[in-house]
Amino acid sequence: MSLYQLQKFLYDINRDPTVQETHRADLPRLLDRYELTGEERSALEAGDVGLIYVLGANGQLLMHYAAFLGLSWPAYIEAMRAGVAKHGPVRAGVYAMTTQLNDKMAGV
Amino acid sequence: MSLVFAGVCSHAPGITGRANMADAAVREPFYAAYRRLREQLLAARPDALIVIAAEHFANFFMNNMPSFAIGMADRYSGPIEDPAWLGIPRTSIPGDAALSQALIHEIMETVDVAFAEEWKCDHGIMVPLSFLTPGYDLPIVPVNINCQGPPLTPLHRAWAFGEALRRAADRVPRRLAVIGTGGISHWPATPDSGKINEAWDRELLDRWARNDKAALLSYSDADTYRDAGQGGFEIRTFISVAAAARGRGHLQHYAPIPIFAVGCTIATMDVAA
Repeated sequence: MSLYQLQKFLYDINRDPTVQETHRADLPRLLDRYELTGEERSALEAGDVGLIYVLGANGQLLMHYAAFLGLSWPAYIEAMRAGVAKHGPVRAGVYAMTTQLNDKMAGV
Repeated sequence: MSLVFAGVCSHAPGITGRANMADAAVREPFYAAYRRLREQLLAARPDALIVIAAEHFANFFMNNMPSFAIGMADRYSGPIEDPAWLGIPRTSIPGDAALSQALIHEIMETVDVAFAEEWKCDHGIMVPLSFLTPGYDLPIVPVNINCQGPPLTPLHRAWAFGEALRRAADRVPRRLAVIGTGGISHWPATPDSGKINEAWDRELLDRWARNDKAALLSYSDADTYRDAGQGGFEIRTFISVAAAARGRGHLQHYAPIPIFAVGCTIATMDVAA
C-alpha cells in the first residue's frame, strides 16, 4: 500500500502546479499528506531518484519528477543505475532493470 | 459515414524531447514518414481524428483506473509534461463533445467505457499531433487504454473496443480518422531505455498488417513483458485500430532509434467494409 502512496505523491506533483509550489516552499508539510514509510519519506526529502526507482515507482511517473528536479535525461538514467548499484534490484512494479549496470543502450 | 483513415504511429517523448540527441541520418527519414502520414491523413478529409493512446498517468491513477476512457469535451489541453522537456509548446486542442457523446453512446452498448469532460493530453497524444496536425486545427476524440497499471486491459477487450468503435463510427454522419499510438517493444523510463527488440516488433507488425486477430490476441502479458518490456503493453492501441479498420496494414517506416527509446513506426491500414 505504501508504494501506492509514494506513486500518488509523484502523480500529484507531476500534474498540479500548486503541489510543485508546495514542494519548493515546504517539502515536509507536503510529505505529511502521504502515508510514507521512513525510507520513502527520506528518499523524497533527498530527491533520491535512484532509491525511488528501486522502491518500484512507475517510470511514467518517475521520469517527470526527475525532470521537475532538474535532472537531464542522461542524469536521470544514471541516477537509476546508481540506485540499483547502491540498493539492489528494483523491488516492485513493472519497471525493473533488465540490462547490466555498464550497458548503455542509447549511449547514455 | 464511417472511418476514412486508419493508422498507427510511435509516440515516445524522446521523438520530440530528445530530437537533438538523435543521429540526423535516422531521425530525418522517420520525421519524413510522419509528414507523409500527415499528408495521407489530410487527403482523407476527416472531420475529426480519434486518437487511441496509452495510459501514462496524465488523467487517471490507481485510485480510479478505467480500462477505457474517452474524452467528451470541446477543448483539451496539453502537453501535461514540461513543454521544454517534451519539446512541444503547451496549447489548446479542439474537441467535439457532441461527436464524442454519440460515439460513447454506441460503444457503451458492448464495451464499458469511462468518459471524461476534462482531459490533459500527454506525449501519447501530443507527439503524434505535433506531426499530424501541428496547427491543432482538427478536432480530436482522445481515447485511453490502460496499458500501464496492472491489472491491464485484456487484449481481447482491446479488440472488442475497436469493433465497438467501428460500429459507432459507422453510425455518425461524419468522416472519422483513427490512429493508434504507442509501442512497440520498449523499456521506457528505465536504465534499459534504448533497448529495442526489432525481431519482436517486426513479428507484431506482420501480424498487425495481416490483421490476424488470433495471432494478435495470442500474446500473454508475461511474454510481452519479457520480450518487449513494459512499453510492449501498448500493443493494445494497435489491436484496437486493427479491429476498427478490418483491413490490411501497410508498414511505411520502421527503424530503431535508441535515444528515442523505441523502434520508430509509421503504418496505415486499409479501412475495409
